Amino acid sequence: MSNFFNKSDLTRQDTDKIVSETLKNCDDGELYLEESKSESILLDDNKIKSSNYSSDLGFGFRAISDEVVAYSYSNEISKDSLKSSSENLKSTLKSIKGTYNHEIPKTNKKLYEDINPIEQKTLKSKLEILNKVNDFLRKKDGSVKQVTASFAGEQKSIEIIRSGGEVITDVRPLIRFNVSVMLEKNGRKETGVYGIGGRQSYDDYLKNDNWKNVCEEALRIASVNLESKPAPAGEMKVVLGPGWPAILIHEAIGHGLEGDFNRKKTSAFHNLMGQKVASEGVTIVDDGTIDNRRGSLTIDDEGTPTERTVLIEKGILKGFMQDRHNARLMNTKSTGSGRRENYRHIVLPRMRNTMMLSGNQTQDEMIKSVDKGIFAVSFGGGQVDITSGKFVFNCTEAYEINNGKIGSPIKGATLIGDGPSILKEVSMVGNDMMMDPGIGTCGKAGQGVPVGVAQPSILIDKMTVGGTKL
Amino acid sequence: MIKDQEFLKSKASYCLDLAKKMGATDASVTVGHSISETVNFRNKSLDASDRSDGLALSIETYLGKRRSSISSSNLLDENIKTLIEKCFETTKITPEDEFNSLPDKNLLAKQISNLNLYDETRFENEKKIKYLKDLEESASSDNQIINTESSFTENKSNFILANSEGFCDGYKTSSFTASCVTVAKDENSMERDYEFSSKRHLSDIKQATDLGNKAANETIRKLSPNKIGSEKISIIFDKRISKGMLSAFASAISASAISRGTSFLKDKIDQQVFANSINVIDKPDIIKGMGSQNFDSEGVNSNTLQLIENGILKNYFVDTYNGKKLNLKSNGRSGGTTNLYFENGNISYKDLLKKNSRCLYITETIGHGSNLVTGDYSVGATGFLVENGEFKYPVNEITIAGNFKDMFKNIILANDLEFEYSVNSPTMMIEGMTVAGK
Repeated sequence: MSNFFNKSDLTRQDTDKIVSETLKNCDDGELYLEESKSESILLDDNKIKSSNYSSDLGFGFRAISDEVVAYSYSNEISKDSLKSSSENLKSTLKSIKGTYNHEIPKTNKKLYEDINPIEQKTLKSKLEILNKVNDFLRKKDGSVKQVTASFAGEQKSIEIIRSGGEVITDVRPLIRFNVSVMLEKNGRKETGVYGIGGRQSYDDYLKNDNWKNVCEEALRIASVNLESKPAPAGEMKVVLGPGWPAILIHEAIGHGLEGDFNRKKTSAFHNLMGQKVASEGVTIVDDGTIDNRRGSLTIDDEGTPTERTVLIEKGILKGFMQDRHNARLMNTKSTGSGRRENYRHIVLPRMRNTMMLSGNQTQDEMIKSVDKGIFAVSFGGGQVDITSGKFVFNCTEAYEINNGKIGSPIKGATLIGDGPSILKEVSMVGNDMMMDPGIGTCGKAGQGVPVGVAQPSILIDKMTVGGTKL
Repeated sequence: MIKDQEFLKSKASYCLDLAKKMGATDASVTVGHSISETVNFRNKSLDASDRSDGLALSIETYLGKRRSSISSSNLLDENIKTLIEKCFETTKITPEDEFNSLPDKNLLAKQISNLNLYDETRFENEKKIKYLKDLEESASSDNQIINTESSFTENKSNFILANSEGFCDGYKTSSFTASCVTVAKDENSMERDYEFSSKRHLSDIKQATDLGNKAANETIRKLSPNKIGSEKISIIFDKRISKGMLSAFASAISASAISRGTSFLKDKIDQQVFANSINVIDKPDIIKGMGSQNFDSEGVNSNTLQLIENGILKNYFVDTYNGKKLNLKSNGRSGGTTNLYFENGNISYKDLLKKNSRCLYITETIGHGSNLVTGDYSVGATGFLVENGEFKYPVNEITIAGNFKDMFKNIILANDLEFEYSVNSPTMMIEGMTVAGK
């Protein structure tokens, strides 16, 4: 646990006093202190290309009055700096007369251990694994022309000080291990990428030489793509595999159900609460409470314990994801979804682990039912226009389906659909729900936060595939 | 107040001295300070204000051909000392890499010219509020506009780059950015669009009313879109999308992508990669330019580069490390492009619209569908169907796809280039791309 006050002229008593005085007539707000330590080690082109360590320390001070959010941050934790932030907030929020909401739920649960993953594994042994990855892949397949492998580790300690002196803390470990491989054969080049991670130590993910499985998966995807043909263009049936393809749900539904866009009525979903937005077999939750997952948090960045929020139940829209600010303005409660990239950013309602739950059909049944369509197994990234509801995501491994059989692999193509209607096209939901491997980062308003997704195989009756073959 | 050169220099030399004392054979340090203030408006009233004040430090230490780096926002001497120790310990066990080195001394920038990148004008939050009020008033004048969100950001930065070869320089920059996002609604649809203006000097920012009107008009004209069928069609890229093509091209000719072999433009120097009417230039010394710089992130002098001359690839963007790998001298592009642009074509915007009897005019793309290894391109798109030079109706929920290798050779540019951003392009037409729709 970080002690934010031991190297500063600022005492806890001073801090409490400044925070309480600043937030006196505000509706909400807090001082957020953060210390993070992070490393990234990269092997590329047969060499350890970079080894970077970074430490960051700072605070963000927020005061909210009615709809107005005033925010000020600094990376200097001192009495002067906090006072000058306080003045800045007060000058923005003139003539305020709110009542501070002291209520905040508590939790005794811990979803991950207070560890610093960086210190738990020596740099030497990390370098060793990266070199092994490089040798393993280059020996395994002569067409391997490029290997990139990386470790990223972080420990983030936060402390939230609310008006009245209430203190809430959390220590969050996070790691990621990634392998990318490029193959070249007969003049063609293709890449494959795979990674794993979460909120445990490196060794929890790397035991039993698990790095080999990561390498093999990256290699398999690249090999499949070497044989790929141009993708078809137009509307057709799409079968999505389980796990990571759930970024479809993240883009198509998730962002549109974040509280801020619905309070502002700029989301295509803002007037659909209680209505049917998906086929009956579709239930979607956003769950921040799964042990050690990349998207999990014991408490969110406002101090609210996370929860499992039901978004869509049997096809009916049931809930939005809320932070305290939007919840208050919409007369509801925070769902523990208030997040920020770091102390430099304001809190926004964000996703955690967004999951479509299992149904009872099999992937086989889905493939067999399709005359002409595609089977998409892995994706790069996605994006959504929350207002029009249109979303895209990019296949990195996909196959054509002809007469109920999986055919040739097809080149990476963008798939596009309409958020509020796409889930009504889901005609089969598989019994094989799977979490993603722990690699997702979601971007919103310039802030990246770690997230997870999960889903079973699903069949979508109609979606536009953005290939080149008419 | 933004920290002055003297303060940053003293921190930088403290770091260099310390690294040397510990035994580093070489070192390089960047110390920066940045203050930015943002006011956000929503539906004609104050929504949020945000002030940030941040120091940043990054250090690279070398032990012969071994190198590693650290970065931090905590500039207390005691913390710096701990970090440099850690950095140097890491350097010792990092394997050697023959290409690791500081830039060649004779390539370092010697003279710093005044590019007028800093405007010390302080635009008080009260004035930002007045600007945003005017902006949103004009943005919401049409009753189809149901939501407006706008912001004004003022940023002032200063930095010093120093290395153990004796380089030590830096300068202040400023930027002022106004932006507006509007949402419009009719019985069939809800749409969003935007406009923004970003400049080094406050006086160059677009008029609030112009910016608001532009955002509103762009949004309203997208209402009640249709989806079109899948077909081969000529595509016109609005300026805000065509500049994205240049950014993709720039990534593909970075020395890093070339030396790693992960670019579809590898080994294409002196070959035709664009239509022969195309010229691409990267010019670092444009007065008040958003991408202007006196030297790159390693201190290397940067001159104007012609990347494409009559369609032929002439240069890569080269930094020290990848340059050594490729046996090329750094051309001062560590950290990327400066002010990158396509030279004007020789057809007017109007004539470009009329060039084909039927074409698709794209105003927005979504998704990350550019594969720089293969050149494959496939993105979601929004725009308009144009017939005989006239905008007929808005189009959405489609994708456009092709391969950069073919697309680049089929580019036709209008003559409407303006220097608004750090990457600029005239309106662009590419014939024969695939649209996937219904």
